[in-house]
Amino acid sequence: MHKSWWKIASLVLLVFTIVGGFLMDVPRLFILNETIRNLYFHVAMWFGMMILFIVSFVYSIKYLRGFNYRNDIYAHHFASLGTLFGVLGYTTGAIWVSVTWMTDQAQSFGSVMREPKLLGAAIALLIYGAYFVLRGSFTDIDKRARISAVYNIFAFVMLFPSIWIIPRLVGSLHPGAPGSDSGNPALDRRDLDATMRIVFYAAVIGWTLLGVWIATLKIRIQLIKDKSLLLDTTTKK
Amino acid sequence: MTKHLKRIFLLILMAACNTIVLAQGNKPVEMADLMRSNGKIYIVVAICLTILLGLFFYVWSIDRKISRLEKE
Repeated sequence: MHKSWWKIASLVLLVFTIVGGFLMDVPRLFILNETIRNLYFHVAMWFGMMILFIVSFVYSIKYLRGFNYRNDIYAHHFASLGTLFGVLGYTTGAIWVSVTWMTDQAQSFGSVMREPKLLGAAIALLIYGAYFVLRGSFTDIDKRARISAVYNIFAFVMLFPSIWIIPRLVGSLHPGAPGSDSGNPALDRRDLDATMRIVFYAAVIGWTLLGVWIATLKIRIQLIKDKSLLLDTTTKK
Repeated sequence: MTKHLKRIFLLILMAACNTIVLAQGNKPVEMADLMRSNGKIYIVVAICLTILLGLFFYVWSIDRKISRLEKE
């Protein structure tokens, strides 16, 4: 197993996330109650997704600079792990919403889900979903790599208006928006309790490293599969 | 220095205001205190850790298998 220190770091950080996340003190807040601990899991998923998408974006640019097929494989698998984290973040968010946002008995789950932050996140994930559809629709490898690299850059850029800017402009129940009274606990360290901050940062790094690990496994499998192809491109140069 | 003291004092005052506002509801925030006092929370932690370790073991074994394939 090569370069294993960060894999061990991921395990240690995630063990700490679960032990510290369940056992350490958290602020006692109304409505949130114990669900405040979801911060270590739900928010960490989105942070992991963002980091994995940044890595994928960088590899897409690298592909377009030199047309090295290896970079296309990297971009593809980092994007797929990022999408997995995004879907997990969305699902965990929906579960969390069902207990914290539906405080009024008359509210239905559907009405709470009609929310700028959630719609934006769904749009962003669907754009990434289209990336995989696009990839799958090509038979020519060079064309596929080239067009999907360009599309990946577009998908990454679309993340910013859909999940960062619009929910903050129009107001949302989600923390970080002007309409919410909980501040911006995920991005602004002053809005987060000091003990929670320690576990939260450990969780973000731990989950991200796990995502990177699984992505590298998929990349290595793909590299073994396309060994002959990669040899071809290197001998041509 | 006095500036800092003033700031700290203000901060404490604001924090105190917060507790007053919360106390107005006259209802303590419900937390899983019972689970903590009778130690059942440790069962939850143990189960989550088992799943995590199992997951890591699985990923690790895939990693080793790929390493073996790469050597061929």
